[in-house]
Amino acid sequence: MSASAPVADRPVNKAPKSGKQRRHDEGTGKLAAILLSPTMLVLGLVVLFPIVMALRESLFQAGGVDPETGFVNEGSTFVGLKNYADIFSGPTGERFWNAFYNTTFFTVTCVILETILGVAMALVMHKAFKGRAIVRASILVPWAIPTVVSALLWKWIFQADGAANAIIGRQILWSTEGWQSVLSVIVADTWKTAPFIGLLVLAGLQTIPADVYEAAKVDGASAWQQFVRITLPLVKPALLVAVLFRMLDTLRIFDLPFVLVGPRKESVETLSMLAYDEAFNTRYGPAAAYATILFIYVAVVAFAFVKLLGADVLGDAVQKKKNNNKGKRVRKAPAGVPEAGLASGGGA
Amino acid sequence: MVLFASACGGDGGDSGSDGGSAGGALEGRGPITFATGKDTSGNLTNQVAAWNSQHPDEKVTVSELPESADAQRQQMVQNAQNKQDSFSVLNLDVVWTAEFAANRWVVELPQDQFPSLGNAIPATVETAKYRDKLYAVPITSDGGLLYYRKDLLDKAGVQAPTTWAEMQAACQKVKALPEGKSLNCYAGQFEKYEGLTVNFSEAVNSAGGVVVGKDGKPNVDTPEALAGLETLTNGFSTGEIPKAAITYKEEEGRRAFQEGNLIFHRNWPYVYALAGKTDGSSKIAGKFAVAPLPGKDGAGVSTLGGHNYAISAFAKNKATAADFIKFMASEERQRANVEKTSQAPTWASLYDDAALQKQFPYLTPLKASIEKAQPRPTVVKYGDVTAAIQEAAYDALTNKKPPKQALTDLQTKLSSLITN
Repeated sequence: MSASAPVADRPVNKAPKSGKQRRHDEGTGKLAAILLSPTMLVLGLVVLFPIVMALRESLFQAGGVDPETGFVNEGSTFVGLKNYADIFSGPTGERFWNAFYNTTFFTVTCVILETILGVAMALVMHKAFKGRAIVRASILVPWAIPTVVSALLWKWIFQADGAANAIIGRQILWSTEGWQSVLSVIVADTWKTAPFIGLLVLAGLQTIPADVYEAAKVDGASAWQQFVRITLPLVKPALLVAVLFRMLDTLRIFDLPFVLVGPRKESVETLSMLAYDEAFNTRYGPAAAYATILFIYVAVVAFAFVKLLGADVLGDAVQKKKNNNKGKRVRKAPAGVPEAGLASGGGA
Repeated sequence: MVLFASACGGDGGDSGSDGGSAGGALEGRGPITFATGKDTSGNLTNQVAAWNSQHPDEKVTVSELPESADAQRQQMVQNAQNKQDSFSVLNLDVVWTAEFAANRWVVELPQDQFPSLGNAIPATVETAKYRDKLYAVPITSDGGLLYYRKDLLDKAGVQAPTTWAEMQAACQKVKALPEGKSLNCYAGQFEKYEGLTVNFSEAVNSAGGVVVGKDGKPNVDTPEALAGLETLTNGFSTGEIPKAAITYKEEEGRRAFQEGNLIFHRNWPYVYALAGKTDGSSKIAGKFAVAPLPGKDGAGVSTLGGHNYAISAFAKNKATAADFIKFMASEERQRANVEKTSQAPTWASLYDDAALQKQFPYLTPLKASIEKAQPRPTVVKYGDVTAAIQEAAYDALTNKKPPKQALTDLQTKLSSLITN
């Protein structure tokens, strides 16, 4: 990662100065490394170490039952990539692809709905009107409730004799297999996390100066034009970060389908639930393999999202530096590191 | 990797055939801890206080685990896998015995040191064994009961049914009454969870079939098992079982019964006290009674529930732990626990006790239920087995598969899981 000073670029007559310059730079680099080392150590311990341990675990399998004594053989054996191969074969494979599809479907639909609702909420919260404080507070309530608790609340709502059926006037069995169970999870997830997007977008909205809108009004822009041409582009960085966070979260969705619909239901089984199921039956090797696959999936999605949409998760500074510092040294590493860090943050 | 059980485990893992090998393992006296699920009755404190007052040097500390059975098991498993001695006595659900014994997480118990086993209902003692060796002591039991609307049955002039056909006939008569018109006949627990395994096994056993035979081999692809499963699927298709019952666990079913929507309801003894509450929470207080479960050609067969106490292989003071278990299994403690919590005891004579019968009228049918009850399969991979059973039963009940097909598939699946 250390930037090698491109001495060759520099004119020879400026050598002493550039030497000084270089030494100064190197000193800074070393000092930075020393100052950052405790942080890196902690990160290594809490992020990298568990990931490596999980990877190692996914290459082992626990002992089976000895038919003679009836006891489980202690210790685990190294099986290489067998746990991964097993995931993709036969009935397990069908279950995996079904879970993969469900996970992806939940992520796409929930995030789209949450984004639309969240932006709408932010616009409402941003307006100045009487009782704004109460509206803001009430919009944030769902986000303040722990997911498992809100899952239980929705479970009561979606019971056979619950509030949802009373309002609809028909008896829909929400926790059975089928579209209704998928819908119940989407509704509950959207209700809970749209305020999160709303909150981040609101923060973005408040940084837009009012005179921009005034100028637009003078120019005769309609409300829709103002929204599309001014609000959206200026709020985009905040919105993209919010959407990215929600995507990483929803890819790991577990508690809502588990509590609302229940385990081992084909319609709503997600990748996290598969990992849980294996771990619950004390098969830690396969469980770690599932978790690793999910981790890779999350990392790939995060990376693609950052690359394609240019979500500015690193802050403006790096981008500007990239554009302005042509021929300067620091380039690739910082851009790559936080991305990797973010991805592992999503997976861990 | 530790390849040998620690010396203090002494569970005879290498010989296995030596019946008395576990006798010397229960050594060491001093304070112990008791790991148990959340004590919803509040009576455990009294039980433990009684022990602590008699044994000041061997005090028992209760470490309360979560309320959900799955979470309890998870904590105990984690504890055992890390070989921690923080739990001395474990309160195990009957279906966990095989897993904990096979993994050597609990020690084998010398049967001669636990004379109270002779007074327990034999079916409950069987749940504490793995491969004919004792690993735990039964403390509470549980069996299914048929709750029914006595007021309506009396009005229709029918007795409590003992067979499925009688139950259907009784239901028709009740539905002919003006107040019975809108009611549903029957419900159990049919959501895809452990309760479905219980209800499916009861249907199969009550029709003369087995899920896993006495020889430990699955044998579920039989005409008897099919008759049992078809009783449930037909109940759904004719509407005798309400459609909503596919989402019922214990509590949803209890609510439906208490709301007065069901004529017959299969549930555990705990419902008795709640459904009889006169504070307005139950609309049927004083209008219901209990009977043993009905079967195809006679009395039905319940699935056995309950809890056993075992000693952790990594515990320090095993002698104290054994004494504490004996204490909790004694008649005095068992009686105190029934009186306070209405949980089914394992001590047989308590069911015939006149004073207790007066207080808990369901004790007589419950004893009949437990004595005939069948345990769920004692297999190490119980989690996988119950998942397979739930899968098959749920597919049949939701018309995803015809019952015959579901049972054939289940037989295949169970054969691959249970390789004894």
